[in-house]
Amino acid sequence: MSMAALRRLLLLAYTALVFAFIFAPIVSTIVFSFNADRFPSLPWGGFSLQWYEAIFADATIQRGLMNSLIVAGVTCVIATFLGFSAAYVDYRYRFLGKSIYLALAALPPTVPVVILGVALLTFEGRVGLSGTLQGIIVGHVVLSTPFAMALVRMRLADLDPDIERAAWNLGASPWATMFGVIVPFCTPAILAALFLTAAVSFDEFMIAWFVSGVNETLPVRVLAMLQGQVSPRINAIGAIVFGVSITLVVLAQLLLGRMSGRAARKKG
Amino acid sequence: MATPMIELDRVAKHYGNHAAVADVSFTIEKGEFVALMGPSGCGKTTTLRMIAGLDQPTSGEIRLWGRRLNEDAPWERDAPLVWQSYALFPFLSVRRNVEFGLKQRGLPAAERRKKADEWMERLGIASFAERGVDQLSGGQRQRVALARALALEPEMLLLDEPLSALDPHLRVRMQSELVRLHRELGITFICVTHSHSEAFAMADRVVIMNEGRIQQIGAPRDIHRRAANRFVAEFVGGNNIFTGTARFEDDGSIALAGLVGTVHAPAPMEGGIVTGGAATLVVPADRIELAGTSTGAGNEVQARVVTVEFVGSTVTVFLETEGGCELRAQRSLHEMENTPLAVGQPVVARWSPQQGFFLPG
Repeated sequence: MSMAALRRLLLLAYTALVFAFIFAPIVSTIVFSFNADRFPSLPWGGFSLQWYEAIFADATIQRGLMNSLIVAGVTCVIATFLGFSAAYVDYRYRFLGKSIYLALAALPPTVPVVILGVALLTFEGRVGLSGTLQGIIVGHVVLSTPFAMALVRMRLADLDPDIERAAWNLGASPWATMFGVIVPFCTPAILAALFLTAAVSFDEFMIAWFVSGVNETLPVRVLAMLQGQVSPRINAIGAIVFGVSITLVVLAQLLLGRMSGRAARKKG
Repeated sequence: MATPMIELDRVAKHYGNHAAVADVSFTIEKGEFVALMGPSGCGKTTTLRMIAGLDQPTSGEIRLWGRRLNEDAPWERDAPLVWQSYALFPFLSVRRNVEFGLKQRGLPAAERRKKADEWMERLGIASFAERGVDQLSGGQRQRVALARALALEPEMLLLDEPLSALDPHLRVRMQSELVRLHRELGITFICVTHSHSEAFAMADRVVIMNEGRIQQIGAPRDIHRRAANRFVAEFVGGNNIFTGTARFEDDGSIALAGLVGTVHAPAPMEGGIVTGGAATLVVPADRIELAGTSTGAGNEVQARVVTVEFVGSTVTVFLETEGGCELRAQRSLHEMENTPLAVGQPVVARWSPQQGFFLPG
């Protein structure tokens, strides 16, 4: 075997191992969620949907899922709107302190989530939002808006700075330009931002744990269940949560891939 | 006097302490092809953008048919611009790009389509109407940009360096196409360019700018034959510029004594030159003939050939006198083929005194 082929083989093996390492826990969760046995151990006790039936029969899990879906749905719309606005301000205007503005806008994900959670709990306790779904939404918007901004900014960086003025020059008012030119151009990034911020919110545990009170989201419910007992139902919930998140992230990735593919063609 | 179509009245544009346009006044008549020309940073593009309403004048007034235009928003004006970068809408097809302005005006879809078809046909882009603009070549994009602007059927068309992004052979074709379009449409074209060959080839009138001020306005011919000042004489190229001390002769002409030797030219009508004072003489390079021997008539300067440059069918011969004065003569390739010149060869540069002119002041 030649050196090049050997190197190639080793690289492939290495990559496969890395992926195996990352995905093994997830795969085992999914596999055991269909296991008929009470305990997650080999050999497999046979295929069964009983754990899924069990969680869908459990009212607290249903409520948790519903809460998570509401929070993610509202969060992604608000965060994407704010992220788009922030990115547009960056594209459109030059002003004193712009670098500070951008740094502040990108800051929230760099704050340790525990700190953010405690801060939100204290603050929302004062304004009466603590323990409500709105309170969780506020926290998730803070956390996920920078992701939306980054995606839209990336898209706007490919837009000729003269485009807006060209639209005005052809008789389009600023509002007509926004909805006839800027928003259509940003559509892939806006959709990607919706999916990604929804995924961030759907997965988020820490803020939800601090703020949710009795309105538990699914991840908070999962922890509560784990503290009580180890049940294979956890695996079933895990598989569902993973399924939803991965779908959202893959959709976002596909849109981004199309965006950068087009940009590359344009430059090439 | 009838109201001119466009008037710029003491227009200035300042950015902080920097005056992009210092003080510019000129008028444009309906149907004219005017070129705004000058080196980069001379204020020509800012002037164009102020006409389009994309920049606001700091002071002065821009009028259209006598009406003050300063406060009109860009989207309220009828002055479509062909951008240097084309600025086409990247997510729209060619057809939708061309229809864009019509849509903003609220034209019904069927009429929009008909008009867009007409203009795409006219500019030879009908065959890729449904394609995305990112699949087009530079020349095709240029046509889309033109069609998009002209579909509005405006009374003026603004062009910002329309040819600078094109290949040289396309540039020449597009140049004659713009001239043809202008003639056929009968609307006003205002074109910004840094290239004097483009400006002189296309425009009825050229406005030469430098450092935010107008240096000269005139027909290409007149500017070529009579530069208003040293900047213009140098910028349009092809001129010999001699400086020296003036002396009035008995016949009313002026003799200039300088590095070039002593040469003669008519006194300028506007005066401004006195015996013993400094003066600047311009002699267009294409008016200088080269001969082997002196005849004693007209202005004659003994010089040696330094370099011979061939560009197309014209040849530029660079000469130097014994005193170190540089001259250039532009001759036709045909003439040079009959009497070839070698580098270092002594020649007599000769021109009639009538061909030279003094710059004012």
